[in-house]
Amino acid sequence: MSTVTPSAHPHAEHGHPPFLQHHFREMAQQFDAAKIGMWLFLVTEVLLFGGLFVGYGIMHARHPEAFMAAHHHLDRTLGALNTVVLLISSFTMVMSVWAAQTDRRKLLILFLALTILCAGVFMVVKYFEYSHKFHEGLLPGKYYSHKGDTVPGQFMFFSFYFMMTGLHGIHVLAGMVAIAWLLVRALKGHFSSEYYSPVEVTGLYWHLVDLIWIYLFPLMYLIS
Amino acid sequence: MSEGVLHAGAGHAAHHADYLEEPKGLWSWLTTVDHKRIGLMYMWSVLFFFLVGGLFALLIRLELLTPKQTIMDAETYNRVFTLHGAIMTFLVIIPAIPGALGNFALPLLLGAKDVAFPRLNLASLYIYWTGAAMAVATLALGGVDTGWTFYTPYSTTTGGGVSLMVLAAFVLGFSSIFTGVNFIATVHKLRAPGMGWFEMPLFCWGMYATAIIQILATPVLGITLLLIVMERVLGVGIFDPQLGGDPVLFQHFFWFYSHPAVYIMILPAMAVISEVIPTFSKKTIFGYKAIAFSSVAIALLGFLVWAHHMFVAGMSLFAGAIFSFLTFFIAVPSAIKVFNWIATMWRGSISLEAPMLHAISFLLIFTIGGLTGLFLAALSTDVHLHDTYFVVAHFHFVMAGANLIALLAGMHYWWPKMFGRMYNRRLAAIAAGIIFVGFNLTFLPQFVLGSRGMPRRYFNYLPQFQDLHVISTVGSWVLAAGLFLTAAYLLASFRQPKGMPANPWGGRTLEWETTSPPTTHNFEGQPVLQHGPYDYRPEPAPVGVKEMAH
Repeated sequence: MSTVTPSAHPHAEHGHPPFLQHHFREMAQQFDAAKIGMWLFLVTEVLLFGGLFVGYGIMHARHPEAFMAAHHHLDRTLGALNTVVLLISSFTMVMSVWAAQTDRRKLLILFLALTILCAGVFMVVKYFEYSHKFHEGLLPGKYYSHKGDTVPGQFMFFSFYFMMTGLHGIHVLAGMVAIAWLLVRALKGHFSSEYYSPVEVTGLYWHLVDLIWIYLFPLMYLIS
Repeated sequence: MSEGVLHAGAGHAAHHADYLEEPKGLWSWLTTVDHKRIGLMYMWSVLFFFLVGGLFALLIRLELLTPKQTIMDAETYNRVFTLHGAIMTFLVIIPAIPGALGNFALPLLLGAKDVAFPRLNLASLYIYWTGAAMAVATLALGGVDTGWTFYTPYSTTTGGGVSLMVLAAFVLGFSSIFTGVNFIATVHKLRAPGMGWFEMPLFCWGMYATAIIQILATPVLGITLLLIVMERVLGVGIFDPQLGGDPVLFQHFFWFYSHPAVYIMILPAMAVISEVIPTFSKKTIFGYKAIAFSSVAIALLGFLVWAHHMFVAGMSLFAGAIFSFLTFFIAVPSAIKVFNWIATMWRGSISLEAPMLHAISFLLIFTIGGLTGLFLAALSTDVHLHDTYFVVAHFHFVMAGANLIALLAGMHYWWPKMFGRMYNRRLAAIAAGIIFVGFNLTFLPQFVLGSRGMPRRYFNYLPQFQDLHVISTVGSWVLAAGLFLTAAYLLASFRQPKGMPANPWGGRTLEWETTSPPTTHNFEGQPVLQHGPYDYRPEPAPVGVKEMAH
């Protein structure tokens, strides 16, 4: 959400804080507005995924045997690895916010870079998982071509697997772009204890992306 | 009317050019973050698509002039009514009042310089244009014949540009969400000093309630529409009974958004009416808090009634009874508003200017539309009336009539503020009358048609329905004449010199305290609220009194 980031203020010479936008009276007001905006955006994200979760729940209830059989094709170890990686990235994101709040610029840069690294590891693992599924013909809907199934209807599980992890993956990628942009600004020295709202609201977004995975992991990998 | 609400900046006479003049050039408009310019661009875009959707409506009514084929074949007819519905819903009614009037007026009414996220606001306009272009592009793919509701399994099996059309609606949803996020953050953080929640003009409460729905409902529609695309492209199976899916699930998902969406359409209309009626009655609004809270009540209750669209789609009688009861219940906050508006007019000093005439026609049309909704909320009558012209008439009264007449009321109310120019008020009053007559002539007969069994969306019909169809079609011509007359005198107003005073109607809300049209930053300095928004007591309130008049 680039919009919560103020540009340099045109009247900076009047003694305003450099990142205060003209229509706000003070930094605190601008910070609060940014946080409200991001929380509202997160609500829309929860509802976006909510539709898929409800659909998954209903289809799982209708085809329990197929979902059970299909989920054995997933690799729990890789799923668990990705869960751990994302949890660590949430921790480094929290540390980035703390570093920005306390004017520790070098730590801020370090923790932002670590967060991007973790997100990258997640995506690489996801890539190997996906290519394995493609290879086995474990594809969504009418492209499902896995041989030797004893339980019919497993394509439905993979429809949801790819839609939900795919949408989540897109959010991870968007998060990587946002954090990379924070990193560039951190390198330019934009953030300080006076002005760190982009770090904070991007952090909120990143935790939601993490949280959605925390729900996806047991739903997909750990059915029993 | 100029007793000093503006405290700061009154001293310096530094004159700034108005927002229409500075900066100049098309590029400055396309890159503006000024909420007023964005509001105007929304307004012209919405009006353009209103013209397109309206021409489709005229074609539909012309086709229905005779029981057999009149001017087009059945397949074309399906595409025309789908485009009419999709354009009017997603490109006109949903963005009309929030996008155009909300963007223009909300920060002014709050005494703010802009909305909380100006660039997000501009992004929402570009996303709207993108979605609109996608919707129009479906014509090149042979159009869409599903109706605007995209019901499965038809929408997942028919040809044409369904995928592009639902993606267009998905994209337009983001535009709506961005507007909602902006309005909530603006209302929370950018009210003028001294303006508590209950000193806000009711327009702001209405926009706030609308924004809640935009944020909570639109994402669910978004994912539902994506699922249609997935069904068409990948055959994921969720809505396909042959693959173990459930088409009724689509209807649940769709109406979970689309019923609240009708409140996205009506709450902004109510917001406009709550401003117009006190100004032209010169009287404090009756029941401020009742109107404010009923907006929020409608926003929340609106999420609990979606299945009343599906009484005959296969659900348990118990669930039907619950949804029926909840639907009756939501009529209560709507009625509270109507009674409060009427009580506001009671013994007021009413001037029948064009905005007020439109507001009065809103009251009549909304009341008919709302009460006929109760017929459809009742389980047993709904079985008879479902998918008939009664439903068509009902939702045109609330969605088209109430919303668009409120849009006209708001446009006439804020026109002098937007452009600093006045339209021909006599012609405006006449046009308001023609529109009211034309609207009722078009849609009242459809209630009768529906109760006699005329099904909606049919291309041919039995000869005994023709008389009423002819009246309805003639009504559509009267309505069109009124709207074209409105367009003509509004455009003619640009030949008038700019010279409107700050407060031509004698309103008490903050937008009337700045120049017409306002400068780019709205106010000279930060306005501080010194009296309530509807304070029409004969003596000016003593400085420092901030309470509402009761």
